[in-house]
Amino acid sequence: MNTKRKVKAKILSRKMIAPDIYDMWLSTDLAREAKAGQFIGVYTKDASRLLPRPISICQADKEKGALRIVYRTAGAGTEEFSRWQPGETADILGVLGNGFPVSEAVGKRVVLMGGGIGIPPLVQLAGELAQAGTKAVIITGYRDNKLFLKEDLEKYGKVFTATEDGSVGTKGNVLNVMEDRQVEADVIMACGPMPMLRAVKSYAEKKQIAAYLSLEERMACGVGACLGCVCRTVHKDHHSHVNNARICTDGPVFDAREVDI
Amino acid sequence: MNTKVNIAGVEFKNPVMTASGTFGSGMEYSDFVDLNRLGAVVTKGVANVPWPGNPVPRVAEVYGGMLNAIGLQNPGVDVLIERDIPFLKKYDTKIIVNVCGKSVEDYLEVVERLGEEPVDMLEINVSCPNVKEGAIAFGQKADCLYDITSQIKAKAKQPIIMKLSPNVTDIGEMAKAAEAAGADAISLINTLTGMKIDIHKRAFVLANKTGGLSGPAIKPIAVRMVYQASHAVKIPVIGMGGIGTAEDAIEFLLAGASAVAVGAMNFVNPYATAEVAEGIEAYMKKYGIEDIYELIDGIRE
Repeated sequence: MNTKRKVKAKILSRKMIAPDIYDMWLSTDLAREAKAGQFIGVYTKDASRLLPRPISICQADKEKGALRIVYRTAGAGTEEFSRWQPGETADILGVLGNGFPVSEAVGKRVVLMGGGIGIPPLVQLAGELAQAGTKAVIITGYRDNKLFLKEDLEKYGKVFTATEDGSVGTKGNVLNVMEDRQVEADVIMACGPMPMLRAVKSYAEKKQIAAYLSLEERMACGVGACLGCVCRTVHKDHHSHVNNARICTDGPVFDAREVDI
Repeated sequence: MNTKVNIAGVEFKNPVMTASGTFGSGMEYSDFVDLNRLGAVVTKGVANVPWPGNPVPRVAEVYGGMLNAIGLQNPGVDVLIERDIPFLKKYDTKIIVNVCGKSVEDYLEVVERLGEEPVDMLEINVSCPNVKEGAIAFGQKADCLYDITSQIKAKAKQPIIMKLSPNVTDIGEMAKAAEAAGADAISLINTLTGMKIDIHKRAFVLANKTGGLSGPAIKPIAVRMVYQASHAVKIPVIGMGGIGTAEDAIEFLLAGASAVAVGAMNFVNPYATAEVAEGIEAYMKKYGIEDIYELIDGIRE
């Protein structure tokens, strides 16, 4: 049975792949249970920083029993992670949340969209889709020409890039690529900053296609107990009985039609 | 070796409980902890109707602790009765339901709805700092606390615990008011009102601006208040505030608490409750303590 647990994971490698963006492989049997779109909580080693940092799973190597996370340093906690050395151990909590509904995309024209630090989970997602025989179109959005994970994604599908400053690919955001490159989708799966996700939601509504969005929020427990990380839902949530769903346990991936963002 | 404690006629197999709001209704942490190991599960606060809670962000980390402003989101007492109580009944642990409301009538409605339910005790939340109406408004003035306690006591079928706020000048006076009004026990401390500001955005981190501070940062305040409250009244005190280890819990017992609760530290260590229960037993063995009552108020002055 797969159960959530807090375990010690050995750091296998850690390197910077773009400014403030780090790529880390962790040895843990949690990898065997991980699916695209799920996340882990990573604890700092400083007792003054209590809460696990929710970080999405970039890749799960089930054979080796290793998880890859790609994260941006956003504060003292993630800065500490960026100094960890291979061979050190770290406490992690996982596997958390529900992943992307891969079965909803198999055999369809699926477009994966990632913005900035929302790109990493697309690697595992594109891999799972490829394994199920579905080659996705992948659209990645970056601020500038400091790209990351591009080669990893190219293994699994056609990758288009947008940059805010126009230095690479389409100038603008991931949705500008849809127009620019005449991409058609039956289903979109997206992860990125809230303005991007709002735009994807309204695009999908206009086109009357399905979209699944991976949301993010300040989180404490990560397991559905504290009700810290809620998002507004269109219908009353089955668990909360109000229009709030827990991002950590009911998400982080939601059907765009179900959330009021 | 006896680890059983008796509070208002209810016998708990050990003094370790969960602090309301940090453990859901037990379901989420049953992946990590055998709930049979716990003296009691204290549920998330429940009102007469579902409450949506506050806007996000609702939580923020601070040095040695965290702030929360959940705003008592809860699915209402009907869902608790249909879903959560039957779940907890499967375990050999006591059930304490935390009750919240915006008016005295709200509290009384919940208390009456729970009258015939298999609930061992009620914990009355008059100390949540994150909702505009009710809650803490009843818990910061001794006469208001006396009034709501006596009204609830008149209706409650189960023994009642009044959960006190640390955001008061004289905790002893509040404890005495609860006792005089008939409370069977008191629990403390709820969170301390705090604030965090993002200096880069020049903005409040929490949507609610203020939030309740919990975690190890508040433990010395909690130990002091448990000591003061337990020496002001004869009714049992349930102590909480930053407990994450057996050592922390034993401090509270020595300060005068008859039982303890683990709160924010569940988020840090999801196994904390069971580890505290085990660690108290190990401490008793180490010091040759036969009965947990030797520890309660067992400080040598």
